[in-house]
Amino acid sequence: MPGSARPRSRAYSGLPRWVYVPAALGALFVLVPFVGILTRVDWLHFVALITSDSSLAALGLSLETALASTVACLVLGVPMALVLARGPVRGRRWLRSLVLLPLVLPPVVGGLALLYTFGRLGFVGRWLDVFGVQLAFTTTAVVMAQTFVSLPFLVVSLEGALRTAGGRYEAVAATLGAAPSHVFWRVTLPLVLPGLASGLVLSFARSLGEFGATLTFAGSLQGVTRTLPLEVYLQREVDPDAAVALALVLVVVAALVVGLAYGRRAAGAVAA
Amino acid sequence: MKQGPVKEDTVKQVPMNGRAVRLRSKLAAAGVLTLALLLTACGAMPRTGGGVSTSSTSASITVFAAASLKATFTDLAHQFEAAHGGTKVNLSFGGSSDLVAQLQSGAPADVFASADEANMTKATNAELVSGSPQIFATNVLEIAVPKGNPAGIHSLQELAKPGLRLVLCAQQVPCGSASHKAADAAGVALKPVSEEQSVTDVLGKVISGDADAGLVYVTDVKGTGGKVDGVAFPESKAAVNRYPIAMLRQSKASSVAQDFVEFVRGAEGQKVLGNAGFGAP
Repeated sequence: MPGSARPRSRAYSGLPRWVYVPAALGALFVLVPFVGILTRVDWLHFVALITSDSSLAALGLSLETALASTVACLVLGVPMALVLARGPVRGRRWLRSLVLLPLVLPPVVGGLALLYTFGRLGFVGRWLDVFGVQLAFTTTAVVMAQTFVSLPFLVVSLEGALRTAGGRYEAVAATLGAAPSHVFWRVTLPLVLPGLASGLVLSFARSLGEFGATLTFAGSLQGVTRTLPLEVYLQREVDPDAAVALALVLVVVAALVVGLAYGRRAAGAVAA
Repeated sequence: MKQGPVKEDTVKQVPMNGRAVRLRSKLAAAGVLTLALLLTACGAMPRTGGGVSTSSTSASITVFAAASLKATFTDLAHQFEAAHGGTKVNLSFGGSSDLVAQLQSGAPADVFASADEANMTKATNAELVSGSPQIFATNVLEIAVPKGNPAGIHSLQELAKPGLRLVLCAQQVPCGSASHKAADAAGVALKPVSEEQSVTDVLGKVISGDADAGLVYVTDVKGTGGKVDGVAFPESKAAVNRYPIAMLRQSKASSVAQDFVEFVRGAEGQKVLGNAGFGAP
């Protein structure tokens, strides 16, 4: 069966030539604005601008929180994708739409939803407050906002990978007497690792860029809740040069993450 | 096993129906092209619209005004239109610094009303302004607290109480710098749990009850329509915010623009602004 699947993908090689025109336009549309940023960077003061206290605090906080929310996405998202791809069929489509909701919601709306749920007077936050737990204005709130918006990215990529892989190897493993957990760790997970990796990268990148939900739910305080995107937005008020410099840092970090992850994946695919 | 022959079938069909496929791809290409044209047309529309409104000889002006003027200027524009038959006032609201940035990038407008003098100075320095800006309103800070004032705040000094969750505007934005000025005048060291981007963000946290108190302008408290309570404090006099208005050099309907500026500064304008909580210039 895997033998018959491979030639099929090779058979689709001839692209219609016109495809390259909109593809090139699309690529330009995405890339040219980065050139726009580069033309506005104040290179003379670039290092000073990005190494100021507030910039470094924002960069550190962004990396920390994005990493934490990626871990949260991993812990919560993998089981979600498994249930959506392999779980009971009834109500699955409905469930998926709900899970993917943050993907289409404006992040500010997500932030409001979190605020009215986990805020001090929210219906969950009210109970947490009784136990002395306050989430708004804390770094935890930042991680929650980021997880909320990036979770669907991991779920979508992993669910896709699970569907493409199919359940045949798992079935074989089960007939050979492997317990479900054993099958998951030894068969399913290795099979969908590339999909999981790209899902994690997407989640991390989305977390890194999170703005609206963070601003609405977590607030903005240097070193506590003011991540890099919030710092860029705030600096723009008084010092557009600093905002542009920080924006460039954000672009570079995101490009590095995506580049490294996909680069390694491509290399891995060749080795395999 | 069943899939094998089916797949071969579809593969064979492709060369046999080559013409049909080519036709379909051409149709798709045409579709993409149409879509692209539509998109560019849509993107271009607001621009040309704006251009027409400012360059036409018919009385139509565009006013760029600070977000805090939304309610009053919407009202004033209607009154102005009613008093000047056939005149159209287009309004665009935003943060004052955003508006200046837009004007610097060539956004078409005839009048600019800023929420602070610093941003008007930016516009003047960029040679966007015609004549000299005029102050048309003032605004002072007030403590915004959730309805019923659960934390029992009655003075600026009480905002420094330990454990109180205070939310301010960041120092980089006008309401934040005013907050610091007032706190300095009172000799109070404020320790906010959050320094927000805008008045709206501060109010949002007070309304939701997550903040015990916030510092915003009197007009902002009034503008919530009773969703928060306001506590006035004497030190607010140390940080009176002055709103300047000016005609822009690029205006092609300068007489109407001039009329509008006069209208805002005149009796009717002052009445509307006063009702919203603004002070006289």
